[in-house]
Amino acid sequence: MHWSNYLEPLARGAWVTIQFTLYSMFFGAICSFAFGIGKLSKNWILRGISIVYIEVFRGTSLLVQLFWLFFALPIAGDMIGIDLRLPPVTAGVIALSLNLGAYGAEVVRGAIEAVSPSQYEAARALNFSSLQTLWRIALPQAIPEMMPSFSNLAIGALKDTSLVSLITLTDLTFAAEQLRNFYQDSATVYTMVLLMYFGMALVLSMAMRLLELSVTRWRGTVR
Amino acid sequence: MSDPIIAFDKVKKAYGHFTVINELNFEVQRGEKVTIIGPSGSGKSTVLRILMTLEGINGGVVYVGGEPLWHERLNGSMVPASERHLRKMRTQLGMVFQQFNLFPHMSVLRNLTEAPRVVLGLSKEKARQRAEELLELVGLVDQAHKFPGQLSGGQQQRVGIARALAMRPKIMLFDEPTSALDPELVGEVLNVIRKLAAEHDLTMVMVTHEMRFAREISDRVCFFDKGRIHEQGTPEQLFSQPKEQRTREFLKAVLNG
Ligand SMILES: Nc1ncnc2c1ncn2[C@@H]1O[C@H](COP(=O)(O)OP(=O)(O)OP(=O)(O)O)[C@@H](O)[C@H]1O
Ligand SMILES: [Mg+2]
Repeated sequence: MHWSNYLEPLARGAWVTIQFTLYSMFFGAICSFAFGIGKLSKNWILRGISIVYIEVFRGTSLLVQLFWLFFALPIAGDMIGIDLRLPPVTAGVIALSLNLGAYGAEVVRGAIEAVSPSQYEAARALNFSSLQTLWRIALPQAIPEMMPSFSNLAIGALKDTSLVSLITLTDLTFAAEQLRNFYQDSATVYTMVLLMYFGMALVLSMAMRLLELSVTRWRGTVR
Repeated sequence: MSDPIIAFDKVKKAYGHFTVINELNFEVQRGEKVTIIGPSGSGKSTVLRILMTLEGINGGVVYVGGEPLWHERLNGSMVPASERHLRKMRTQLGMVFQQFNLFPHMSVLRNLTEAPRVVLGLSKEKARQRAEELLELVGLVDQAHKFPGQLSGGQQQRVGIARALAMRPKIMLFDEPTSALDPELVGEVLNVIRKLAAEHDLTMVMVTHEMRFAREISDRVCFFDKGRIHEQGTPEQLFSQPKEQRTREFLKAVLNG
């Protein structure tokens, strides 16, 4: 077989991988901010939930989380009489997002804590409420700090999507497995897959870099 | 005299076992310009920080405008102030910081309009108009669209003063406003403060090491030592005929230093 014949099935797999990456980045970012801010909350219930979430999802592997959501949750649901079967796509996106969100939450928390105490004092002296301070003073200064870590997490998320092939999803890795089984041409197939992942990672990190530049514009003006 | 706008009544402040301020009594009249001087660590900043509600107290009562600052009256007894009470009280006060503490991610204009818009609920036009008047006052009209990082220290501190004034406080607190500045930039900031000092209604409490300036603009100078007022009086009295040995020593050290 000529390598170009593999291109179409691999491209279809790559598209699934891209979608998974984008979805988990989107929902992962929401989790990151929600639980990262939650961990800094004065309310101990919010703080407690955030800490438990972060520790659980950082302390167990993504593979286990994925299998648990896809295989164990329906059984647990059965026992209490609720249908908790998730479509593989949903299980995949949830697991990836929650996993990413747990790491992202620590990035968000760290960046907010790194905002200088003098900024909080200035905000207090001007009578901003704590929510206004978070939103208008702390986050705009913290987000640029988060960007390099977020870029790393996004690349990690792209690579982690390969695990969804294990719950029958036809992503790039899954497509590669199928082609290899069928044509017994490991060298070509895996080289192409390698290059495709690398290409996607390159585009992703350039996109993150652009995002970073756009949120740090005011920093460029520091003498 | 009429009732003071600021009154410390036997105020105590400690960090752990370390008492910074003990049984401090201190009053400021409406419109009065008071300067606090004293050695490092004597509690000068602490007094301002307590007033700005950045630091709580461990005993006594602070009154601002006749109302307790760190307490609320509830069924005839005094209870610790809620955030709501503190927010209400804070509207009377503004503070200028030694390190300026401008918001680095906002333009100069936005530094001045943000709090009036968000906290006071002013319209965009109203806040902008107010900001422009203040930029005029501090001589920075042409810098409105720059970011703090693009300004000199002296310019930044003038923005800091304008930012505090934008909230229309009755009391302005200055904590060593010129200490972080290169010597050649001190004058431009003092000129702005001098203009404010001419305002009859504004109450000012300033911590400074600029003795000549303190002498020029103050109605009263307080010499702080070990968390209490060691000696106070008109600038003339305190600088020319200090009564206490400790005051004489301090003045000798700073004036020759
Ligand atoms: N957060 C804190 N924890 C512990 N000790 C503190 C804290 N803040 C201030 N202090 C101590 O309280 C004392 C008074 O501090 P303060 O800042 O009021 O002094 P100051 O008179 O303003 O001095 P300076 O001229 O150096 O600014 C100092 O000994 C200082 O070390
Ligand atoms: Mg000080």
